[in-house]
Amino acid sequence: MLEFDTADVRNRNSHALEAPSPAALPATPSPECLREMYEVMVRSRRLDERCWLLHRQGRIGFHISGIGHEAAQVGVAFAMRRGYDFLHPYYRDLAMVIALGMSMRDVLLGSFGKQGDPSSGGRQMPNHYCYKPANILSISSPVSTQLPQAAGVALAEKLKGGDRVTVTCIGEGATSEGDFHEALDWAGVHKLPLVVVVENNEYAISVPMRLQMAIERVADRAAAYGIRGVSVDGLDVFASYAAAKEAIERARAGEGTTLLEVRVVRITPHSSDDNDSTYRSPEEKAHVRAQDPLPRFQKQLLEMGVLTPATIAEIEQCAQAEVNDALHYAESAPYPPVTWAMGPVFAE
Amino acid sequence: MAEKTLIEAIREALDEEMARDERVFITGTDIGPRGGVFLATQGLYAKYGPTRIIDSPLSESSIVGVGIGAAMNGMRPVCEIQFADFIHPAYNQIVNEAARMFYRSGGQYCVPMVIRCPYGGGMGGGLYHSQSVEATFAHVPGLKVVIPSNPHDAKGLLKSAIRDDNPVLFLEPKKGYRAIKGEVPAGDYTEPLGKAKVTRQGQDITVYAYGMMHFYCQQAAEAVARAGISVELVDLRTLNPLDKETVLASFKKTGKALIVYEDNRFLGYGAEIAALLCEEAFEHMDAPIMRLAGPDVPAVPYSRPLQDWFMPDVHRIAEAMRKLVAY
Repeated sequence: MLEFDTADVRNRNSHALEAPSPAALPATPSPECLREMYEVMVRSRRLDERCWLLHRQGRIGFHISGIGHEAAQVGVAFAMRRGYDFLHPYYRDLAMVIALGMSMRDVLLGSFGKQGDPSSGGRQMPNHYCYKPANILSISSPVSTQLPQAAGVALAEKLKGGDRVTVTCIGEGATSEGDFHEALDWAGVHKLPLVVVVENNEYAISVPMRLQMAIERVADRAAAYGIRGVSVDGLDVFASYAAAKEAIERARAGEGTTLLEVRVVRITPHSSDDNDSTYRSPEEKAHVRAQDPLPRFQKQLLEMGVLTPATIAEIEQCAQAEVNDALHYAESAPYPPVTWAMGPVFAE
Repeated sequence: MAEKTLIEAIREALDEEMARDERVFITGTDIGPRGGVFLATQGLYAKYGPTRIIDSPLSESSIVGVGIGAAMNGMRPVCEIQFADFIHPAYNQIVNEAARMFYRSGGQYCVPMVIRCPYGGGMGGGLYHSQSVEATFAHVPGLKVVIPSNPHDAKGLLKSAIRDDNPVLFLEPKKGYRAIKGEVPAGDYTEPLGKAKVTRQGQDITVYAYGMMHFYCQQAAEAVARAGISVELVDLRTLNPLDKETVLASFKKTGKALIVYEDNRFLGYGAEIAALLCEEAFEHMDAPIMRLAGPDVPAVPYSRPLQDWFMPDVHRIAEAMRKLVAY
């Protein structure tokens, strides 16, 4: 449960630099790591699906989905020094924040607006993740606003001589905002230890990519700012991991920012308030569903011998049990007292 | 004590805070070797170098956004917006982001940053180098808005702003940068945020002002004193959070209030003071609460007579004081 302790505020922005250096990440994740990645994807997927159900049952007020984005998110998260590097997230980053250490209980407390929601204590809408223990920074709803801030986090890290990398994620629609361009400009000028991940699902609510930009690849925009641009298949965990690993390692080594485009699919409508059949044909939706990264990863891991039908069933069972537990926990939790709405507004 | 100008006091505060705390850095447009268009950072680049005095790209939203991120990663950024007129691209970062971060994160992240910003008219700056934006930002919970009116306070308030754990919009009356001089103690001292100051004791009327208008009000109070009018002058200094106690105490003493500001009159800061006095000190009211403010045209015109028509001045303030005391 999140307690509001103003006495602690002065220390809240100080990030200790004493975390030990990890062993260098392998070019290909180990079998144990691959299994963990798969588990995160399954857990995220089952929780995400349950949130849709809870919304349709009228039990939660809102949900915005990461379904179809999980492979890219898992690939990026596992290339980070988790709990050490910063994440300035995107509202679709469910698998990412789970990989970085948020629990299903944490997420559902936010969905229900219950006391103890670590993101904001029920002040923000669901899926606006913030979790200081995992160095996850707070995001608002206007898109791209976190990008100049992520540049600032990275700039501070450089000024302090630290080696934490800042990873920030947005959708391709957010690349139309001025803040995106202003942030990349800073990143290029100051060679910041920053990785800007664009989870390109080709839709900004209903607006298709061709009406959002006159280019084929978001990554092409990087050249204008003197930073590195990379575009990968974000439905492929291996490709996402390799690209993120290289981008993060370059950032940590002082080689500057990468604009990493991960090409994904949005299998759901934009949010629980959206009806995508008004702008997507049934054929298109079926085509998108057929590209689901989860069965693809499962098939790869079966072929590699990392998973067996038995372990898959076990992971499924555990994920469902965890969802049920989190739901019971969050639904039973109390709402925050009204005094919580009053503030404090200022840090004292 | 040495007599300094307002801009010298601001520079001294920046210099001392940078020397005191290595987390403090400054960013903004032209603030590096150029020393800022008003020379607020003159000499600091040579002293602290390019990693602490960082000339920014010409982009206000990111100047503030980068400051927010740096503040969340343990630094104490001082961000300069070259003119208040150019602050609007940064509105979203200031209002939606900096001001709400502490609240929306449930206290997990605070934003200890200062946004310095020259504001106000009377310099021939026309529509886009003269604006007063204080009411727009003072309306925002989570953002402190501070306006000094003299060099002593400017140094002490700016030091407090830099040390504060909240985002502070520090608005500097640019017409006063060189026009306003005063004694400034050497070395470290602070003035508290959120505290108004009674700068002149009086019996007949209370005049509330801040920034350049406070400077003019002092002269107007002198002028009417020769006619036997005793003016109590309250320098608000911090517009958010407002020091209601000092504001109300003075009104209860005189029963007559004039609020002077150069921002547009309609929904300007004077409306909040007037409402506060009506709500919490009605029984002490001895005359209609009066406002003397800029007219409701978009901003200060360039042409000299047109600018003079816009700006409240000593003569007009004295006239308003006489009118109020005669009610």
